[in-house]
Amino acid sequence: MSARPGAGARLADGGLIDRTRTLRFRFDGREYAGHPGDTLASALLAHGVHRVARSFKYHRSRGILSAGFEEPNALVELGEGDARVPNTPATTIELFEGLDAQSQNRWPSLRFDLRAVNRLFSALLPAGFYYKTFMWPAAFWERVYEPAIRRAAGLGRASGAPDPATYERSYGFCDVLVVGAGPAGLAAALGAARSGARVWLVEADCRAGGRLLAERLAIGGEPALRWVEATVAELESMPTVRVLRRATAVGRYDGGVYAILERVGADRAQSAPFEPRERLWHVVARHGVLASGAIEQPLVFENNDLPGILLAGAVRAYANRYAVLAGRRVVVATSCDDAWATARDLLRAGASVEAIVDQRPAAARGPGAWAPDGVPVETGWLRRARGRDRVRAVEIEAASGRTRRVACDAIAMSGGWAPQLQLATHLGERLRWDGAAQCFAPESWPPDLSGAGAVCGEFGLAAALAAGARCGTGAARALGFRATDLVLPAVEPDRPLQTVPSRAARAVRAAFVDWQNDVTIADVQLAVREGFAASEHLKRYTTLGMATDQGKTSSLNGLIALAEATGRRLEELGPTTHRPPVVPVTIGALAGRHRGRHYRPTRLPPAHAVAADLGAVFVETGPWLRAQVFPRAGDRGWLDAMCREVNTVRRAVGVCDVSTLGKVDVQGADAPEFLERVYASRIATLAIGRVRYALMRREDGFVMDDGTVARLGERHYLLSTTTAGAVDVYRHLQYCRQVLWPDLDVRLASVTDQWAQFAVAGPRSRELLGRLVEPGIDLADPQFPLLAAGSVRLGDGTAARLFRVSFCGELAYELAVPARAAHRTLERLFEAGAPLGVAPYGLEALGAMRIEKGHVAGNEINGQTTAADLGLGRWTTKDGDSVGAVLARRPGLADPQRPRLAGFVPVDRAQRLGAGAHLIALGAPRDAAHDEGYLSSVAYSPTLGHWIGLGFLRRAAERVGERVLAHDPLRGRDALVEVVETPFVDPRGERLRG
Amino acid sequence: MRIPCPFCGLRGHEEFVVDGDATVTRPAPGRPDAPTAAVRFVYLRDNPAGWHREWWFHAFGCERWIVVERDTVTHAVGRVWSAGDPAPGEDR
Repeated sequence: MSARPGAGARLADGGLIDRTRTLRFRFDGREYAGHPGDTLASALLAHGVHRVARSFKYHRSRGILSAGFEEPNALVELGEGDARVPNTPATTIELFEGLDAQSQNRWPSLRFDLRAVNRLFSALLPAGFYYKTFMWPAAFWERVYEPAIRRAAGLGRASGAPDPATYERSYGFCDVLVVGAGPAGLAAALGAARSGARVWLVEADCRAGGRLLAERLAIGGEPALRWVEATVAELESMPTVRVLRRATAVGRYDGGVYAILERVGADRAQSAPFEPRERLWHVVARHGVLASGAIEQPLVFENNDLPGILLAGAVRAYANRYAVLAGRRVVVATSCDDAWATARDLLRAGASVEAIVDQRPAAARGPGAWAPDGVPVETGWLRRARGRDRVRAVEIEAASGRTRRVACDAIAMSGGWAPQLQLATHLGERLRWDGAAQCFAPESWPPDLSGAGAVCGEFGLAAALAAGARCGTGAARALGFRATDLVLPAVEPDRPLQTVPSRAARAVRAAFVDWQNDVTIADVQLAVREGFAASEHLKRYTTLGMATDQGKTSSLNGLIALAEATGRRLEELGPTTHRPPVVPVTIGALAGRHRGRHYRPTRLPPAHAVAADLGAVFVETGPWLRAQVFPRAGDRGWLDAMCREVNTVRRAVGVCDVSTLGKVDVQGADAPEFLERVYASRIATLAIGRVRYALMRREDGFVMDDGTVARLGERHYLLSTTTAGAVDVYRHLQYCRQVLWPDLDVRLASVTDQWAQFAVAGPRSRELLGRLVEPGIDLADPQFPLLAAGSVRLGDGTAARLFRVSFCGELAYELAVPARAAHRTLERLFEAGAPLGVAPYGLEALGAMRIEKGHVAGNEINGQTTAADLGLGRWTTKDGDSVGAVLARRPGLADPQRPRLAGFVPVDRAQRLGAGAHLIALGAPRDAAHDEGYLSSVAYSPTLGHWIGLGFLRRAAERVGERVLAHDPLRGRDALVEVVETPFVDPRGERLRG
Repeated sequence: MRIPCPFCGLRGHEEFVVDGDATVTRPAPGRPDAPTAAVRFVYLRDNPAGWHREWWFHAFGCERWIVVERDTVTHAVGRVWSAGDPAPGEDR
């Protein structure tokens, strides 16, 4: 393998790329070509393109630093228009035909960036600069400073348009989940899978192999990738194994739950039909094996962010996997053995290694630190890189103190490898510094998670394979599978010595610790001087490690710098807390299919289609769609429709679908006793065939819900609840039955969905129902009086239930039919009622009529009102131990000064009222201290011809006839109102009785 | 978090609704200190760091209220039993 002279940086042969095919792509509008197997980063490097971004704060030219997910610099926008995805690392973008990427954070162009002048002022932009400078005046922050700073500093742009791609959520279950398909992960998966355990192997890359893809290693005497391919093939042949590629385990949660982001369509411009762009897996694993490897750390020296300065392992990956030379004259700088392999691989590929600079004296180096003859080896440090948009030279400071300058076009640096332990700490586990292994390690592993390979500081191929096999078989055995030990192929013994830099940096100017957030060593030192000397404080003050890469290449150097600046050892400093996700997750993947209409389920009452045919305008009430009004041609607005509907009910007959009300069927010998305990109202005296209004209280004494209780038989009751309260009330009833009184013989079933219910209301409602029920059924008063309840058979044979209850104050019934009969029954009501002038009415009319009648609803039963507040004290028992009875009697709730429900009308009848307006005595200051209550519900009353309201007012009963101010600062609309008694309409209830 | 429902087996916590402290008991009716006891029952809660008993309702399952022993520090789930039953190994 050798570099072709003058033909870009692509090597003439080698690499895991398909040279038989060429892929064309665009970067910042320019055409390039690459091969299948390339990433965007490797394809750009093959063309000699190093500078791909401008930095976040100082707008410095930045190049490709890494070859993986840890990339802090080379973030690009992918795609155009509404499909644009910002902040994607070029090092993880698989090249495909027609790929179109844009650099970010530059204006107007990458080459000529106006905001690069920030660099000239870098001394003026230290850590905490924004906090300190843009403090005054406070109002300027939101309007002037923040938008300007964001425009100048922002990362990529979101498109602002709906994402045309689809995303989905999937669920999986396995015995052993192996994270990472490097040598350790493959051995672990194989060891567990051969026992018959259900194994999932997830790999972030598009190929299995991990570091083996980037190395020139042998397993069993053959190239290591042969072993990788054979192992993957064996795993994929087993029905109990699932191998996910392009899948990153991003979070670990209680109970062995893992979130895994699968980038399904990452290798193509357009997803296949019905294929999601990304899939978020929710996988439950009985045991996890973490084989997520380690990430190489950079070195800190002046101008260490110049394009052309890469991690040593990345230089090796580009040479071996992508057949691309990151440079032809390379300086290798390191604090550990591993980077020496980069020098050897570069030499083999035909590049020149200008120097190997190891911070350790020769005696402190390990067996991996050897170089072919003729390569200059120096014990020392890099002091300063030179160059503008690409590194041109570097100043080396030898241990002796002598400084020399070496020309180069690339620097391969290594500050050691940091294990990727995020998943091991997501549940609050702590890490400690392991001085011997020179890396962080968990204080202890949780029982359902183990680690294998580099993630445990076991660097080297032999160690990784052995640890993986041990973990995989161990996990399977612990779960009860019979696992046999793997016979591992022979590999060359290798024990690279890992050492992190013993001091942070040789310079303070423009020596970067965090590339993505532009945090320098000087910022760290400043933070320490200002007292932010704990790692979590340092992070928040300097933003070190807070960018989208979450400190993958900066946290360790930040800690080393902090240790040095405070004279402490790494053992004394805890790393900052890792929280999910490990890599950025698109909002689309989190949302999955729950977008727009699918954000939550829509519930439709069973006769919804009938209302739709009648031209209803629907409104969301919780999950339900309910008819709001039924407009007709000529209506000037919803108010016209509402008034017509109310007038129809008050003069003829109207029908309203009330199926959404909660319904609970209660049966059992102790049902009367149970209901007596859960309702504040008296139930024991309710006779068979009768229905009663009833209040339910919470244990704290406030009203929880209201509804009706119908007694259908000796041991059989049917409860109704409000629409909004249906779920909570049912759960509460089950709590009362199961937890409070498990000895009562009573059973509950929610039948909300099983029964449809229609309010048939108005003076002609009896006549209308008479046309529906079987001939011979008498609905007249003596047979079916007010508050009667019973079974009736309809003319078409439907077994229905009829309740003589009224919410609107007219002669009215509620007719309940099984859901399957809902549609035809509602149609039949309108057919049979046509000669009687029937019309449908919606929620607006329902609400106006209940306010006219002074009935309370959700605005009044708001969790802060008692039965007495609501004027419903007569509906509660004075004695007894029903839920909430004891605390309803406490002095605070029994206080007569509490605001009570009353009616309100505007003194100027033409004036409109607003719910939420506060009630203030005439002449009193309009402030909170003089607040005496509020309007809870208002409506235009078609019956009275003006606005009316319900509200709560102190000592309301004594103040009927008094005028108070309804103060509405939100709408800027005050109204003089008069306190009146309710109901507003038909106070003696004569219409109710028909 | 996963909860071993005594009726449905090991299920995701999304199927449940939690309702807090299961160590408090509703005071018996008619006792002389009823108001004080009721305030204690409704409002006063310990906040232990460690093992705790909580009421969970298997809303998207068997609709049973169950007691779950849970470590509030580690989120580990211990014993689980049905409302109305004594804790395993304990007298009612």
